[in-house]
Amino acid sequence: MAVNTTSASHTPRAATRQAGAPPQLRAIRVHQQRIIKTVILTVTSLFLGIPPLSMLIFTLRHPLSGRWSLDPWKAIFTADGSALGADLSTLWSGLGISLGLCMATVVIMLLLLVPVMVIAHIRSKRLERIIEWVATLPLTIPAIVLVVGLGPIYRWLSTDVLSSNPIWLCFAYAILVMPYAFRALTVGLNSIDVLTLCETARSLGASWARVFFRVLLPNLWQSMLSASFISISVVLGEYTVASLLGRMNLQVALYQLGQSNSQISTAMSLLALLFGVLLLVSIDLISGAMRRSKENNQPCL
Amino acid sequence: MPLTQHHVVPSETPMQNNTASVSKQSVTQAAQAVLAESAERGGGVQMFGIDKIYAGSTTKALDNFNLEIKPGEMVVLLGGSGCGKSTALRSLAGLEDIQHGRILVGGQDMTSVPANKRGMAMVFQAYSLFPHMSALENVEFGLEIRGIGRAERKRVAMEKLELVGLSDQAGKYTQQMSGGQQQRVALARALAINPRVLLLDEPLSALDAKVRVQLRDEIRRIQLEAGTTTVFVTHDQEEALAVADRIGVMHHGRIEQIADPTTLYRRPTTEYVATFIGLSNKIPGSSNGTEAEVFGHRVPLLDGSASGAAVNVLVRPENIILRAQASDTPGARAHVMMIHFLGSLVRVDTIVDHSGIPVTVQMPASELPTGLRNGSVVTLEPLPIPALAA
Repeated sequence: MAVNTTSASHTPRAATRQAGAPPQLRAIRVHQQRIIKTVILTVTSLFLGIPPLSMLIFTLRHPLSGRWSLDPWKAIFTADGSALGADLSTLWSGLGISLGLCMATVVIMLLLLVPVMVIAHIRSKRLERIIEWVATLPLTIPAIVLVVGLGPIYRWLSTDVLSSNPIWLCFAYAILVMPYAFRALTVGLNSIDVLTLCETARSLGASWARVFFRVLLPNLWQSMLSASFISISVVLGEYTVASLLGRMNLQVALYQLGQSNSQISTAMSLLALLFGVLLLVSIDLISGAMRRSKENNQPCL
Repeated sequence: MPLTQHHVVPSETPMQNNTASVSKQSVTQAAQAVLAESAERGGGVQMFGIDKIYAGSTTKALDNFNLEIKPGEMVVLLGGSGCGKSTALRSLAGLEDIQHGRILVGGQDMTSVPANKRGMAMVFQAYSLFPHMSALENVEFGLEIRGIGRAERKRVAMEKLELVGLSDQAGKYTQQMSGGQQQRVALARALAINPRVLLLDEPLSALDAKVRVQLRDEIRRIQLEAGTTTVFVTHDQEEALAVADRIGVMHHGRIEQIADPTTLYRRPTTEYVATFIGLSNKIPGSSNGTEAEVFGHRVPLLDGSASGAAVNVLVRPENIILRAQASDTPGARAHVMMIHFLGSLVRVDTIVDHSGIPVTVQMPASELPTGLRNGSVVTLEPLPIPALAA
């Protein structure tokens, strides 16, 4: 039977041998690792960067004439697309609706998920697992299948209960953002000893409302912020549900605008993408700032 | 203290009817005595016939648990893992629902009063400071809930931080404090609301040995100064013996024996208590209920001892004399297996010849016979100090 050299190289003895290798050999290995890292970083950057870069070029260079100009961007920032023969009112309307949807979805998501997850976390691990399973479902069900179920409900909602105002898409979106928001909130709940904090506050005389607002929320705000930002990103990029249910939002408006002026549409898509990226980066920056702040305040007595 | 609408006589409630081992009459008498005493002195805890079964379990975590604590007293609940000591404390705090029984505090029925209305305060084993608040804000928390003004709250909070020696750390957050400091702040926070009963659930378990001893003594000092009725849960018998007015040794969800530390050590009433508190040698002998014969010597027996031709007599290591060589006087011939030097004391493990019974003897180091080593032949003689036969 052949000796398995691969597994042998992972043993502590092999690692010690590597550490004790001659300096030239070590330098070669470090160099090789640097090359591998650079290749991976380059490929990933190209994979992620080429589409937005192509979009940017597309907005600056007319597809037919090949003329370079900033007109699509000017149209967006001056809110006047007449020079390019585009009516931007649909775009502003879609943007307004999407921003409204972001707010409504975040509010519903927080009101629904935070108390339920806190209660499940305190009361029952089993219930927590069930909620996790339910919250993950929207990831496994394709949006088009979801719409098949949501269609009749929205028909009933728009005729008998509410109206056909696209803002009511917030209920569907609250379901769509659930898997992402659930994960973000779970991280927050697991980072503190929720049960002990609750019991301590209760034993000191706090009502459940005070425990929730005075003790738990201040310790969960970071994860709630993460959940909100991720939800906003999802809502701003959502097209399928709104389109299939015949409602207007930013992505539907962009699609419609794309029929008349694809450059403005693409520029706006790029801005929406940039906004989403900024939100996600800001989560990272806030977390990093908090971590550094805590580390700076640790004289370790 | 005037009686309030909460006052009840436990035996008059349907719940009490379900309590198996506590008779209606005894509970009624006990409760009435307690009510009278509580009305006079304004404090104290009584737990009668408490049963607690956790969801999904068939075993009783508390099985007809009874406990009475006088106002201002510190009672330690001591026992091994799973004996129900923390459950008893949490039931008293209102953090666990009980199936049967009654809990009275200062004569008031607290059985169905929610945790936040019981006027108690608890210090947990896990560090439980609110991470988003400074030490001062943590101590102020309970006062804020009680609607006390900012200036007064700060004054009281600083006073309590001073009491635990942390007034100079008032502005620090949890991550800036050591474990011992966090537990001190938690203690100050609990004391700030002037609780009717202070509950300590293994508050020292997470600390290192040196800090544990230091804080243990501080807790006792503060408790005596404040005069707060206190229930302290621990599995560490040294801790219990050091701080308690009385210790309740728990086993299988009930208190086996409750007494002051000296009585508990010298006059255990059950085999479990005798073996759990300190060391005990189990030496076979015969008993008539008042005296036992051990290694040919008569040893007086404690109340509740078993009688019979074959009993185990539980003799403390310091109640056995070790003679350096085999002698003609009555006693057991044994061989030394191991000698442990414990500073001022020395402990000698021996094996009795023929029977093979292990017997440990403890004595002051100055009394250790010279030349004694592993394998030495010795004679063991029990002192005529009362022991328990089981």
